[in-house]
Amino acid sequence: MRRDRLRRLAVLALALWMVLPILPLAVWSVAHGWRFPDVSPQDWSLRAWSFALSGRSGILQSFALTSFIALATTLLSALIGVPAGRALGLYRFRGKGLVTLFLLAPAVLPGIAVAFGLHGVFLRLGLAGTVTGVILAHLVPVLPYMTLVMAAVFSRFDPDLEAQARTLGATPWQTFRRVTLPAILPGLMTAMLFAFLVSWSQYLITLAIGGGRVQTLPLLLFSFASAGRNDITGAVGLLYILPGLLVLILTARQVTGRGAAMAEGLRP
Amino acid sequence: MTDRRRIALLLAPALLVVGGLFLTGLGLTLLRSLRYFPALGLTQPDLAAYAAILTAPGFLKSLAFSLWIASASTLIAAALAVGAALLLRQTFPGRGLVSFLVQMNLTIPHIVGAIGILYLFSQSGSFARLARAAGLITGPQGFPVLTQDPFGIGIILLYVWKELPFITLILLANLQILGEDHEAVARALGASRWQAFRHVLLPMLMPGLTAASALVFAFAFGAYEVPLVLGAYAPKALPVLAWQAWTDTDLATRPEAMAMAVMIALIGLALLALVARSLGRGARDAP
Repeated sequence: MRRDRLRRLAVLALALWMVLPILPLAVWSVAHGWRFPDVSPQDWSLRAWSFALSGRSGILQSFALTSFIALATTLLSALIGVPAGRALGLYRFRGKGLVTLFLLAPAVLPGIAVAFGLHGVFLRLGLAGTVTGVILAHLVPVLPYMTLVMAAVFSRFDPDLEAQARTLGATPWQTFRRVTLPAILPGLMTAMLFAFLVSWSQYLITLAIGGGRVQTLPLLLFSFASAGRNDITGAVGLLYILPGLLVLILTARQVTGRGAAMAEGLRP
Repeated sequence: MTDRRRIALLLAPALLVVGGLFLTGLGLTLLRSLRYFPALGLTQPDLAAYAAILTAPGFLKSLAFSLWIASASTLIAAALAVGAALLLRQTFPGRGLVSFLVQMNLTIPHIVGAIGILYLFSQSGSFARLARAAGLITGPQGFPVLTQDPFGIGIILLYVWKELPFITLILLANLQILGEDHEAVARALGASRWQAFRHVLLPMLMPGLTAASALVFAFAFGAYEVPLVLGAYAPKALPVLAWQAWTDTDLATRPEAMAMAVMIALIGLALLALVARSLGRGARDAP
């Protein structure tokens, strides 16, 4: 049938378009000499990978630093965003719309306007050019996401369960540990994994606040790319997308809602 | 503890962080754009920086260029995403894999995709090599300039690649909630496939599509790293121009950089209002 063939073609085009930009990076990472007009590299080599994975290139250190920043940002955003999500998800109150808008605004407003001013503030506080400063600045785009997802999680949570636990003699901590946390944990895990990714992919904020002194992977990637080291760029690029793939596989079990959670949170 | 106090306590940390980081940062950008900088003896706010950028030809060109990139990217990505969402809603062999690829793309940082697009579409990139192998061109110069070009084609290609999945996933989530009943009713009442889509499904998808498109537009308009990799020397995207003015060794251009950043934020803010309105309308329409 013509319709079927057309659909198959559209599916194929979509799948191909999704992976296309990653292909040259993957080939470059194992290419040894790949000059125009050769369609495939003259030779294959693992030199870019052994350089990237050796201690002397600083790439692994940058990987660790980027992970540390993303991890710290995620934990901080969870500590702040879970209570806020609870307030927005469980209660109706006056000014709720305005509060929601205010808490979500940082995710929609272009980061450049915040980054310039925040650099000035951090300069005075001695936080400019420090890892702490970068972590705090990453909270700006990450926190709205955490709050949004946790508000959705809490809107499906039944607070009567907590009341029952308290009536049966549980302390507030026991109630949280044994009743609330297990109920929100799947949603919280998804929120944290994607919060990690939002921090992991920051470029401008890290560059502005870190002032070039905090060399996360995307900054390193750009400097290799602009130095024309396509092979190393390919290897670093693949290393850089690895956590995203892991997150995708880790959340694969919660198929329902994952796409929506990703779309809501991992803004464009 | 009353509910009001409980709500206030729950919200306090988030409000403090957003106020302390986001609002303070934004506020200082605004003050500096008004050339208010007591440490440098500037205590009389004025609009000189805005006047300077508005009369400089570079700013207006960059503004127009950024508006062009953002509109073209958003329109193309949104149109393709509607098609992709309708496609992925159906069942067919390999659907799981395509869904996975679409979601995978969402996790890939923009800068990686931008470098990938550069390696694909530049004059010595993969497609130029294929064209050379096919005998279509004789050298790199024969291949059209698709990256770091004055029309922003490379930048638009990257956004279409990156935002297509974003809009698609939002539409798919909407479609899941809507179900197929409405269309089935329309079809049973004699509507053609196109009519059922155009007059029944599309209007119901519109709130989600508008919100997602606004987010894409705001992002494509304000992003820095994509035009940094894929943009031409001139015209520069507005964030690139602003960054350049901000990092200039001549400190006098700082207020102008701040003014440009404020203009970028204002356009983002206008979009935020649009999103809020469309979401508000959507919420009222919901049963």
